[in-house]
Amino acid sequence: MPPFLYIFLGALAIVSALGVIVQRNPVHSLLALIATLMAVAILFIGEDAVVVGFLQIIVYAGAIMVLFLFVIWLLNLQVETGPTGHLALKLFGSLAAALLVTELFFFLAPPHLQVKFTRQPLGYGSLASLAGKLFTDYLVAFEATSVLLLAAVVGSVALARRLPAADDSRAAEKTAS
Amino acid sequence: MIPLTYMMSLSAIIFAIGVAGVIIRRNILVMFMSIELMLNAVNLAFIALGARLGSMDGQVIVFFVMTVAAAEAAVGLGIIISIFRNRETVHADDLTLMRW
Repeated sequence: MPPFLYIFLGALAIVSALGVIVQRNPVHSLLALIATLMAVAILFIGEDAVVVGFLQIIVYAGAIMVLFLFVIWLLNLQVETGPTGHLALKLFGSLAAALLVTELFFFLAPPHLQVKFTRQPLGYGSLASLAGKLFTDYLVAFEATSVLLLAAVVGSVALARRLPAADDSRAAEKTAS
Repeated sequence: MIPLTYMMSLSAIIFAIGVAGVIIRRNILVMFMSIELMLNAVNLAFIALGARLGSMDGQVIVFFVMTVAAAEAAVGLGIIISIFRNRETVHADDLTLMRW
């Protein structure tokens, strides 16, 4: 990956990540998050993770973000007006993030970060090598993932289900008050 | 190839922005998006290290992280919808039922 591309994508990712947390309107936050995900996906592709980069765009920026969009749409959220949260909280949050970044920089600087560089084998990052790993070394984890997804589907359907009895009691509460 | 320190620093910055988002914002949806930011920062670190170690393990773990994020988003958004249905709010400070 050429250095200017790294600088451009890195700057785009950081600016849009900041956009996620400073936007008042949740839809704008979401769009900024999608921009971050896209920039990170291209960084993945630049780091020889082509399949994972495309999966990031399809699954993350596509499916999961559309789910978020549907929820924002469903809840019919208004733009937050006026100051949100306490000033002390904002200061504390920014300070905590700054401290975390300083600490991580300290440990990610060359004297601490010792990695034994290894040549990438032929076909590194290809679909064949990813699938080969997934269905041999990580087969148990892969099967467990299917159970996890099934549990998530059943759980979210159960959560989103409207219980008739609860609805009646709420309606009664509303008419009483 | 970009030096490893630069990639890891980018990952650290995005992670810290996610942490700041969870602390500062009180909108549950935006807090949720900040969690996705943190997951992505960690994914970036996995990919960068895997590419330099010549190992596919990092990419496989990123694949699993994406799966878990999808499951988490489905369940989390289901919880948010049912909270909104009962309390008509997505503001974290308004949810005090389990506060002691």
